[in-house]
Amino acid sequence: MSVITYRQALRDTLRAEMVRDENVLVMGEEIGVFEGSYKITEGLLKEFGPRRVKDTPIAEEGFVGAAIGAAMLGLRPVVELMTINFSLIAIDQIINHAAKIYGMFGGQTSVPMVIRTPGGGGQQLGATHSQNIELFYSFIPGLKVLAPSTPAEASAMLRAAIRDDDPVLFLENLGLYNSKGEVPDDYAQPSNDNVATIGRAKVTREGSDITLIGYSRMAMVATQVAEKLAEEDISVEVVDLCSLRPLDRQTFVDSVKKTGAAVICEDDWLTYGIGAEIAASIQEGAFDYLDAPVRRVAMAEVPMPYAKPLETAALPSVESISTAIKETLSAVGKRVG
Amino acid sequence: MSEIQMPRLSDTMEEGVISTWVKQVGDKVASGDVLVEIETDKAVMEYEAYEDGYLVKQSVSEGDTVPIGAVIGVIGGSPDAVPEDSGSGGSEPAEEASDSAGAEEGASAPAEESAPAEAPAPSSGGGEDGPRPRTSPLARRLAREYGLDINSIQGSGPKGRIVRADIEAAAKDGAARESAPAAPAAQESRPAPAAAQAAPAFDDGRDSEELKVSNVRKVIARRLTESKQTVPHFYLRRTIDAEALKGFRGQINEQLASTGAKISFNDLIVKACATALKLHPAVNTSWVEDKLLQHHRINVGVAVAVDAGLVVPVLHDTDKATLSEISTRTRELAGKARDGKLKPQEMSGGTFSVSNLGMFGVDSFSAVINPPEAAILAVGAMRQEPVVVDGEVVVRNRISLELSVDHRAVDGAVGAAFLKDLAEILEEPMRIIL
Repeated sequence: MSVITYRQALRDTLRAEMVRDENVLVMGEEIGVFEGSYKITEGLLKEFGPRRVKDTPIAEEGFVGAAIGAAMLGLRPVVELMTINFSLIAIDQIINHAAKIYGMFGGQTSVPMVIRTPGGGGQQLGATHSQNIELFYSFIPGLKVLAPSTPAEASAMLRAAIRDDDPVLFLENLGLYNSKGEVPDDYAQPSNDNVATIGRAKVTREGSDITLIGYSRMAMVATQVAEKLAEEDISVEVVDLCSLRPLDRQTFVDSVKKTGAAVICEDDWLTYGIGAEIAASIQEGAFDYLDAPVRRVAMAEVPMPYAKPLETAALPSVESISTAIKETLSAVGKRVG
Repeated sequence: MSEIQMPRLSDTMEEGVISTWVKQVGDKVASGDVLVEIETDKAVMEYEAYEDGYLVKQSVSEGDTVPIGAVIGVIGGSPDAVPEDSGSGGSEPAEEASDSAGAEEGASAPAEESAPAEAPAPSSGGGEDGPRPRTSPLARRLAREYGLDINSIQGSGPKGRIVRADIEAAAKDGAARESAPAAPAAQESRPAPAAAQAAPAFDDGRDSEELKVSNVRKVIARRLTESKQTVPHFYLRRTIDAEALKGFRGQINEQLASTGAKISFNDLIVKACATALKLHPAVNTSWVEDKLLQHHRINVGVAVAVDAGLVVPVLHDTDKATLSEISTRTRELAGKARDGKLKPQEMSGGTFSVSNLGMFGVDSFSAVINPPEAAILAVGAMRQEPVVVDGEVVVRNRISLELSVDHRAVDGAVGAAFLKDLAEILEEPMRIIL
């Protein structure tokens, strides 16, 4: 085991896959000469040359469309969208083409492409660059949406995404790039076959009092919450959704059946957010096991403010999630301080 | 093959009695055919098939009671189809007896939970057993598993919600009590305190037998007990001079003679009540769960005695109806009541009731308020009595009225002013129709 950053896990895994399969290519804005806005493609141009590492114009609709065409003809493009906010310009290509081609044309061709893109607020990038709109893609059958929260998951899931024959939106997070975690020693080897199962959530920490559910950055925050509350004798079970589509309902439903209560934390807006789907699934799957209403902790319902104190206040925090957990536990008769 | 379940035929229904099986096992059934007549807490209603096929099973016999949602029969594709799962269904006697809380939850949870903030409707306030306790779904399931009566448990959660901790505490309690060497006779199989009631013994020296109780009777018992126990009644009595009323009725019926219609004294009194309620909206109110509701419609209910017991069909918008409309409608509803065919909506929404026992020669009586209404008028027989008019003793026709009033909603003076106007209207009956 070695400890590396989320960023390095992505970079090394991407490189390993390019070594393993010459059909894998990367494309996007500033990913070649500049080596990527977040340095995920560092060194790739030098190693693989401009045929497989393509700098594109600032034209998301155009290069996502080009990648779809390449995928239909047998290549395995990995597109980088500089932030998920820019995916809005390519949304027609993603939703109406990438997601539909396999089904609409009778399975004549699949679209084995990956769109890597970071979301997340908290970086003072303003309202248009701080959104978490993975919901839009999680809503669409024909797409797969993955959202790893640790370096090990990022590596195994990126490998799975590249090797999968369907279009995958691979959600990264600006707040996770520098986070560290353990990975297997051979994580960067092209021969590594540690491929995540797409559509599987994980219980990342076992507990007995309450289930805390998150994904991406919020799964990391959830772990911090669980660690902090453990000091107060509160036992929190953390579920990392890992995959937003397909959604692994069984894992979190089973967890709620065990604990009897759930809090969902999400970096998107509450109204119609991912948490709404999770809460609905919990009541469908675990109604007779719920001892308290399911709580959601989400972003404030405003376009993200630029000013740092306001931005911080708009985002869910360890404190706000801890409060929701304590209130829920107090409602089921587990008196907490 | 599809199961037919005991339907919810009224807001307040919790269980139903299979009154008559119209279709027999083996009968061909078309969608829309009447399958069975079901007696609810309010009426006997026909229940139709929703699909074509054959009735292959009657899971519940005539006269038996089952909760909402219990399987009452099975429709199959051929006359000799065998129901796959003949042992199942909520009609098992043991389950029915021990698990009424569960049955209630299964049937009513979705509707109730989807509109938690709904204001209490006056029409539905009456038939309830009081508010259902707040419980978490987990607590309800555990209560079922432990065989505990959720109504006997105190909740410790927000707003008294019963949560897992409360059930587990109650179960522990019950288990402790059970294992203790208490009275030797109290060897109940279940720890639930509510289940510990022994069946009443009838070998009591009075040669008694238990009679089968209709749903209507159960509702009468429940609602009137609730009324007498929770509604602080006060009573106002007044005797009216009915000479003018008698003359007025004669005149109207003469006019109506050619049509065959006939107005009764009761029709006149019902209409007069509506007129007086219009003058005294404070009486047209309901006290429901610490809230005072002002009703903007005037719906007078008329108590009707039928074989099964007492029912109160309601004349909606009584103030807007003409006397002959009231007369026709009352007769129609009374007829339906006698046949047990009143629909729930024809018995709900009342804002005031009139009960008349004059035909039995009763002088006067004190009626029990029909909740959530604020008052009921008890009408006695018309009698010739000596009275003093202008210093002379003369013989006059008189009727005794007694108003029972809910003091939570209406004070004495307000009720008295209403009764005064009602009496004056009846003594100058032209005002009834003005």
